[in-house]
Amino acid sequence: MLPFTLISVTVAIGLFLLIRMPNIEYLFVATYTIVQYVVLTTAWNILGGYTGYVNFGSAAFFALGAYSSVALATFANQLDELVPESIAPMLHLIFPLSIPVLIVIGGVVSGIVGLGMGYLTLRLRGAFFAIATLAMAVVLQTLVVNWEFVGGSSGAYIVRPGEFPGLGSYMQYLFALMLALAVLALVTARAIERSRLGYGFAAIRDDELAAEASGVPTLRLKLIATTLSGTLMGMAGAPFPYYIGYLQPQSAFSLEYAVNSIAMPMIGGTMSWVGPLVGTLLLGTLQQIANVTISSAVNLLLVGLLLIGFVIVAPNGIVGLVQDRLRARRAK
Amino acid sequence: MSFDLLIGAIVAGLLLGGFYAAVTAGISIAFGMLDIVNIAHPAFIVLGSYIAYIINVGFGVDPIIISVVMLPVFYLLGTAIYQVYYLSFEKRGQESLRGLAFFFGVLFVTEVMLLLAFGVDYRYVEAPYIGPSLHFGPIDLPLRMLVPCLASLTMFAVLQILISRTFTGRAVLAVSQDQLALQLMAVDPIRIKRIAFGLSIATASVAGALLVIIQPVEPSVGREYIGRVFAICVLGGLGSMPGTLIAAMLLGVVESITATFYGPSWAPAIAFGFLLLTLAFRPSGLLGR
Repeated sequence: MLPFTLISVTVAIGLFLLIRMPNIEYLFVATYTIVQYVVLTTAWNILGGYTGYVNFGSAAFFALGAYSSVALATFANQLDELVPESIAPMLHLIFPLSIPVLIVIGGVVSGIVGLGMGYLTLRLRGAFFAIATLAMAVVLQTLVVNWEFVGGSSGAYIVRPGEFPGLGSYMQYLFALMLALAVLALVTARAIERSRLGYGFAAIRDDELAAEASGVPTLRLKLIATTLSGTLMGMAGAPFPYYIGYLQPQSAFSLEYAVNSIAMPMIGGTMSWVGPLVGTLLLGTLQQIANVTISSAVNLLLVGLLLIGFVIVAPNGIVGLVQDRLRARRAK
Repeated sequence: MSFDLLIGAIVAGLLLGGFYAAVTAGISIAFGMLDIVNIAHPAFIVLGSYIAYIINVGFGVDPIIISVVMLPVFYLLGTAIYQVYYLSFEKRGQESLRGLAFFFGVLFVTEVMLLLAFGVDYRYVEAPYIGPSLHFGPIDLPLRMLVPCLASLTMFAVLQILISRTFTGRAVLAVSQDQLALQLMAVDPIRIKRIAFGLSIATASVAGALLVIIQPVEPSVGREYIGRVFAICVLGGLGSMPGTLIAAMLLGVVESITATFYGPSWAPAIAFGFLLLTLAFRPSGLLGR
């Protein structure tokens, strides 16, 4: 586990320096989205790929993280009006919170919601969890639209500082944070895969009844998976308001997140941490190019068609295809 | 005054609930009886809405008549989708994860294609019963709600008779209970499922036409219905048609009362509350099998 962590940290730092070299701000903007999807898809895969429970509500968990940041930033701005004068100076010491703190808070909020959702629905058949996550996205959006404090349906502005001391532009700082999150997500996913936890997850995926019968604590494991997955998604969402500058419910709850965080692992392969990474790098880059050259609607159509095509033709994704090819060659 | 308001809300809710019954009928068959989690169903309903819209605007035909004429087309579409689903997922035993992702993809592709073809503008239809209302004392019965409600209940009754009285219908009920036993009776369960799924998608044609009568439609409007249809289906008890009808009415009334007293922007949250409460306290629903 340690060598893998060191390698991924080195790769992340290398990537950061490489992208920094041409000194084009847009490169950070574009790659931020892709790295953000690495976190989201890896998080999705911990639940979806390892245990076989489909989460259609990635957008909701992501938006929870984003909106907890918005709520805390708004609170910091209106601190003097909201709290009595005697405590205000004390709170001014803490607020405004730095982004790493916001990331932790976003993760905790999403993790708790994930745990609650799982607790209510995971005792039943898998389909109920999937449907409940889908419905949850609609409801959370309703709540946010009706919550004036975070901007309601018209959205909220978040002022992004221009510079981050020691690094250059603030976008570079956000990008570096997202890279760190991606490393954290990948290391977690890989560690799970090779632990007792991972074997328990795989047992649930292959035959839940048999797993339960042989003493695997299925409900507890599933709750761990939903909580972990939700936490990582919330963490990915927390810096988003600072990235985008102006957060609307439609953009935070966009179906794009839900569909991409399913399509990318499905296309890459869901059995290991490599799959979501491969799928995201491939599809994410393709999308960034298509977004600029064609249009975003066509780009989404492409993702949908690829998703349908891959689940029918190559159920184990690109990684599965490569593994089959290698196995066939070895058999010769 | 507030009592009148309450009565009005309840009546409006019953009418709305009647319409919800049509929207849910297809899911009740697919999810309740066949165990196919077709989350793309609302997308097919919106597709039905757009077909009714195109023909209505082009030729001035009544949307409900259009939807009845289109029934065979939707039926064939449904059987084709089931064939793909069966060969790709059910046969390989992968329906849980990949089957769900498949339907999610279908939902998404249908929505984006409608978006590319028609844009995000709201579309509506013309019919003589859109506009006027019947009045009974304090109660208002807008015809644009009453006609869809009656059409929906008619369709529901026809479906119920088809399922409970005909041989094929009973075979559909049987396939949800014991596939092997059905095979022993020399009935091909795959054929039965194909027919049933065809029927399920066919209901989307009618539900779509009713939807576009009740409210203007844009491509992503189906998403609001995903939570609703599954909430109704689960609350009614999987596979129970009478249960579905009762649950649809119940949800319609509660939503309508919420919209009247707290504002319409809260209505979508109701379905989810219902769904979670049902799953937590009575997963078998009101009239579950």
